[in-house]
Order: sequence, then structure tokens, then C-alpha cells
Amino acid sequence: MTEQIIIAGFGGQGVMSMGQLLAYAGMLEGKNVSWLPSYGPEMRGGTANCNVIITDDMVASPIVTQASAVIALNKPSLDKFENAVIPGGMLFVNSSLIDRKSMRGDIEAFYIPANEIADELGSSKVANTVVLGAYLAKAENSVSPKSIIEALKKVLGPDKQDLIPLNKEALKRGAELIQK
Amino acid sequence: MSKVLMKGNEAIAEAAIQAGCRFFFGYPITPQNEIPAYMAKRLPQVGGCFVQAESEVAAINMVYGAAGAGARVMTSSSSPGISLKQEGISYIAGAELPCLIVNIVRGGPGLGGIQPAQSDYFQAVKGGGHGDYHLVVLAPSTIQETVDLVRKGFDIADQYRNPVMILGDGMLGQMMEPVEFKEAKPRRLPPKDWATTGWKGDRPRAVINSLFIDPQVLEDHVNRIYKKYEEIKANETLVECYNCEDAEIIVSAYGTTARIVRSVTEMAARKGIKIGLIRPITLWPFPAETLRSWAQRDHVKAFLTVEMSMGQMVEDVTLSIDGLKPSHFYGRTGGMVPRPADILAEIEKIRGVNL
Repeated sequence: MTEQIIIAGFGGQGVMSMGQLLAYAGMLEGKNVSWLPSYGPEMRGGTANCNVIITDDMVASPIVTQASAVIALNKPSLDKFENAVIPGGMLFVNSSLIDRKSMRGDIEAFYIPANEIADELGSSKVANTVVLGAYLAKAENSVSPKSIIEALKKVLGPDKQDLIPLNKEALKRGAELIQK
Repeated sequence: MSKVLMKGNEAIAEAAIQAGCRFFFGYPITPQNEIPAYMAKRLPQVGGCFVQAESEVAAINMVYGAAGAGARVMTSSSSPGISLKQEGISYIAGAELPCLIVNIVRGGPGLGGIQPAQSDYFQAVKGGGHGDYHLVVLAPSTIQETVDLVRKGFDIADQYRNPVMILGDGMLGQMMEPVEFKEAKPRRLPPKDWATTGWKGDRPRAVINSLFIDPQVLEDHVNRIYKKYEEIKANETLVECYNCEDAEIIVSAYGTTARIVRSVTEMAARKGIKIGLIRPITLWPFPAETLRSWAQRDHVKAFLTVEMSMGQMVEDVTLSIDGLKPSHFYGRTGGMVPRPADILAEIEKIRGVNL
């Protein structure tokens, strides 16, 4: 099984780290993974995206042109990548910042008020984790939330382990939104 | 050892340190900045030396000096920076010194752009600097292969006393993949008895030099270097052939482009088109014999070379297959990356003409 994901948003929304967590978690599960960032003159406030592939086979091209899932955290990202979703694929939209719906009828679209939920949890920084939680609840061929937490423990390092409970909660809230 | 998730650039730097590299001289440029950044942090921890030079010209001459003293030394840059280093690279080749040069290629010409490209192929394999010389050019396509080739590159450089280049691209430098730093079997390498390590009267003086005023002496010198190149061709040529048995069309590509082509082989198979992939791992020496032997097969009707350039390696492919079969080209340039669907369309077009 091969999961091909595009994650896009403003620089600073945690687009790159979301992708890295997915790749890291995939590696921990013994799968083949790749993470490819856009590396143009993006900066805080600009747009950024990354391509993640998680597969049981070898990763051929690291570029995702036909995505099984697209995660759009802001409107320019939705405009740019909505058409990259394969028919029957999934689109996750941060409805806190995006006021329009998907124009595709052949995909599953999910609307997550990620910033509102993150603010309820007490930190706007975990908006990306909320969306990640929603994605993990739907994407059966992707990694498990447990692996994401394991990856997060490793990525954060010993000094920032206190952030784990907040991120766990954010993943849970995102997942609940989907299951409702 | 278990796998770690690493950026290509950082993996190159770590692999170099594990291969015994203790000296790095460079000057920053995107998209390879993680290499010097990693070296600046790690080299002091292992008793090595990192210098950010005042320019690329200074950096490559520091490499020249350290290599002359017998050190395992490297530098890295990206296209415009590598152009600046060419004078020094020619001197290092002329003085027969080992070193590793990494080029994480970006779009050109001129300052160009910062997105991935393969348009420095000619510069890497056909000279770049002045005079009769070759670099050994290694072109990895995954981060694991990059790590493995960094060690091999240092060993080849030491064994033949010749500079070695790793030719990557912005994508390979910036992406992350799991890598394993394997314990490699060390090569049996000749002692560096030519190095300028201080003369105490117990051996002939070591002299590092690339100036030979007498033309006969210079010709003899170059002839001796070219004899060495024949050994390198015989011993070090590397190539991967995938799916070539019973292929109608053989696609040739290197580095990350070869990975994109590999995706295309499956798309083509679903349409009933049999394509094979020949991926040169050493761009110099070029695997000409391998290409020629496949060109002699009846089932192979045509060759297609795919590059992130306007067509550079395709010239070596065409030379290798020597008119036995038609040689086609498809490429994107300036930092644009060929899309699998477009490569497939090109294959279908060729198939219409040649089959």
C-alpha cells in the first residue's frame, strides 16, 4: 500500500514538521518513506508545502503529483493542490482560515476548524496537530497515532517532553471531529 | 545500526565524517547549506577543522593545501559556486591529489535559480576546468546511496590520487529519507608517501606541483594520468539496469530523475508498454559498454534519455549506442522537474515512430 500526501500552508503553520512526523512515524513502523520540502524563498507568512510518501514498496519518485490525501491549512494551498487529489482521495481543509468548500465531487472533503480547536486547547501552535489527528482517523493505510506520538517524542528531544500531552489531546480532538 | 531519518545534505556530511574526513572548507550557497552547517557543528567534536572561507576560490585552494598534506578533505557547493572552484579543481587534478567535491546542482546558467537541476553534467564529466583531466563523478539517486557513495568516493580519490565529485541536485539535498550508516569494509589503500608532511632527510622531498614547463615532461605527466584513467574505467564503473530484459524502449536517466523514470516504468507496464531503465551511477567513467550491449539486442527498438537539462548526458548515450538504435531526449530545465505523465507521453510518441 502506498500513501502519498501533500501538506501545504503558510510558513510557520507547521507544515514541514507535520510531514516530518508522518515520515518519521512511517519509518518507525518499518515502512519506506520520503519527505520532500518545497525550498523556495518561503518564510513566515509565505506559502510552503511538503510531499510525504509512506509505502511498503520502495519509494520511486519522491514527488507527489497524484495525492491520496491533501492537507490544506490556508486558502492559497487549497487553490493550488485541490486538483492533485486522486479520484476517491481525501482532502482536509482548515476551515478556520478557508471560507470555501471543495469544488470536487469525486473526493471526500473534511472541514476542520483547526485554529479554533487549538485555541480551546490553549495553544494556537497545535492547529496542525489537530488536522493531523483528523487525517490519521480517516487514512487507513497511513501510520497509527501511536507512532506519531513516538515520533514526536524523538523529534522534540528530552527538554520538550512536556508538550506531548497537549499534542496527544490535539490529535484526539481532530479524530473526534471526523468520527462525529 | 538502526535507520535514522535525515536530510540528504546532512547525511552527506555525516557520511564524510564517518569516512574519516576531518577537514572541510566551503562557502555558503543554497541548496547545499546544510552540509557546511552540519560540518561546522560536528567537525570540532571529532578533532577536525571547519573553515568558512572568504570565497569559493579560497575554499578550493584550502582543499588543495590540505589534500597535499595528505588529509581526507572535502568541499561542497552548488552550481555557480562550483564554477568558481574550477581553477582549483584543475590544479588538484594536475597535482594528482585526492579530495571529495560535492555539487548539489541548481538551475542555470548564471546565478540561475535555486531549484533542482542536472545542467552541470557537462561541467562535471567533460572537464569544467582547463586542461586534460577527468573527475570521477558519482551520481546517487537515494539518500542511502549517497551515504554509501561518499565513503566510496573518498576511497577512490585516495586509491587513484584523483579528485572525486558527488553530483546531486537540490531535491536530493533537501529531501529526507531513512538512512543507515553501515560499517563498510575498508579498501586497501596505498600509503600517502607523496604527502608534504615535513622533510626530515629520510626520504625524497615531497613536492606538490602542477607546473611543468618542458612540454615533453608535461605530456609524459598527462599520459601517466590517462593510464590511471584506464584503470578507473576498468575497476570503478557502476550502473544499474532495471527491467531491461525484453524492454522495447530503454530509458536512461541518473540521480533523482532516474527515480521519476522508475515510477514511469510501472505506469507504462499498465499500458502494455515494456520499458527498461539504465541508470549510470558513475557518470565518469560512463557505462558505455553496458548501453552498447543493450543496443545490440533485437527487442530494444529505441533509447530515450531523460534529464533535468536541455540534453547533456544524452550525448554520451548517443555515443555509446553508436547509431545501433535511435536516440531520443526529453528534459525540463531551469529548476522544473519532469512529470511522470509527460515522460510517458514522450515514450508513447517514440513508440509510434520506432515500432
